[in-house]
Amino acid sequence: MKTRDTLILVAIVLVAWQLLYWAVGSIAFRSPAETVRNAAVLLADPRFMPHVRESMLAFAEAFAIAMAIGLCIGVTLGASRLAGEVAEPILVALYSIPKVTLYPIILLVFGIGMPAKVAFGAIHGIVPISIFALNAIRNINPVYLLTGQVLRLSPWAAARKILIPAALPEIVTGIRVGFCLTLIGTLLGEMFGAQHGLGHLLMQAMTRHNMDSIMALTLLLVVFAAAVNGLLLALDHRLHRRV
Amino acid sequence: MSRAGLLRLVIIAGAALLLEGLIRTDVVPRFTIIPPSEMVSALAAILASGKIRVDIAVTLANVGLAIAAAMIVGVGLGTVLQRAAAARRVLDPLFATYYAIPMYAFYPLLIVVFGLGDLPQVCIGFLLAVMAVIINTLNGLDRVPRVLLKAARVHRMSALRTALRIRLPYAAPYIFTGFKLAVAYSFIGVIGAEFITSSRGIGYEISFAYNNFDNRLMYALILFVLLLVLTVNMSLHVWEKHLMARRRR
Repeated sequence: MKTRDTLILVAIVLVAWQLLYWAVGSIAFRSPAETVRNAAVLLADPRFMPHVRESMLAFAEAFAIAMAIGLCIGVTLGASRLAGEVAEPILVALYSIPKVTLYPIILLVFGIGMPAKVAFGAIHGIVPISIFALNAIRNINPVYLLTGQVLRLSPWAAARKILIPAALPEIVTGIRVGFCLTLIGTLLGEMFGAQHGLGHLLMQAMTRHNMDSIMALTLLLVVFAAAVNGLLLALDHRLHRRV
Repeated sequence: MSRAGLLRLVIIAGAALLLEGLIRTDVVPRFTIIPPSEMVSALAAILASGKIRVDIAVTLANVGLAIAAAMIVGVGLGTVLQRAAAARRVLDPLFATYYAIPMYAFYPLLIVVFGLGDLPQVCIGFLLAVMAVIINTLNGLDRVPRVLLKAARVHRMSALRTALRIRLPYAAPYIFTGFKLAVAYSFIGVIGAEFITSSRGIGYEISFAYNNFDNRLMYALILFVLLLVLTVNMSLHVWEKHLMARRRR
């Protein structure tokens, strides 16, 4: 049922895309078939792979940092009621500001290159991961924790048997949101002040008005993001159902 | 003010003071960041000179346009989809993956299609905002109690009248949540897009100042964007509380 719906959706998107192509014309647009072909050409090009590797490496580093810092902040603040109350509005405010305006600061601090990209990707991911982790820890049913005390569980056992299983579903939701935002942040970081990477290629294609590359790159990025998000979403649903 | 609110102010003020101290004692080089006090004075000077008045007006107009379009399309689509279960089921995977799509990746495409005017920026803001409105509208409409709908049927209200008189008013708090998100996302989308490539707007001025090593101007503008967005979001939050309090009475 679910796969059928997804297939119908993909079919609708393809039809809409083709109709749009007929409406806009070939000067500023490419048809789905052409885009897929261009994407395949791009993937087969040996000069393309280093850019993919560069982007993936930057993204992986950014995501690892975002997870580590985000979880630390979230869990620490979630453990104390007052700290959570003080920090949550600040985190939510950070979430709602256009972070791209902070990019010049990051460039000034880290200089142009890999560290700036990684830092910019990471700040996109840290905030949602910490907000979700904070709420996950804070909203654990106090009865669970009391039960742990009554059973005289050691802190380690309490964490393993109670805290982690109770907070995990929400934390995974946060990680999923953080994953997407870190990817967006890393790509944005590559769009200015980078010499390599997919974001850089996208900007280059834009200045050269190279429609073939623009659409093929956009397609590859969207498919990648949607595929990973789908996997994380499935994990997310499974964890939420278990509770 | 509550204890948490007071503590929050103390922490933020402390962070600003710490930054000021670090820069004044040259622990952090002035080339990297200027002291917060200078950001404020630079911002005051720029605002008084009226140099960026046009850019502010352009950005605000584009954000407003993106929000308005997202609200109209979002509430409209949400209302229609809520009645069309099959369409909604088919679109469900799109709802779930929508915010995973790097919207800025479409920006080059939008520029090529619409040219370097204001439309590509508005489009990015709209694309980011609209799904939050749709999802929250659906969420609100799903919660309308059956008994109200039955009352509407007893009064032989038309579908449109039921929507305008019962469904949408009942879903209003949820739609307001969508509106709040739409405002935040529109600012993010429009200013981000201006920053990437455009010919005017606050985001453009920031990237222009960065490229010219004009740190005073750049930090003043960054401060301006942060203050603007925070003020707007906090006012909406207060307004929402006010509305909710009146509703409960």
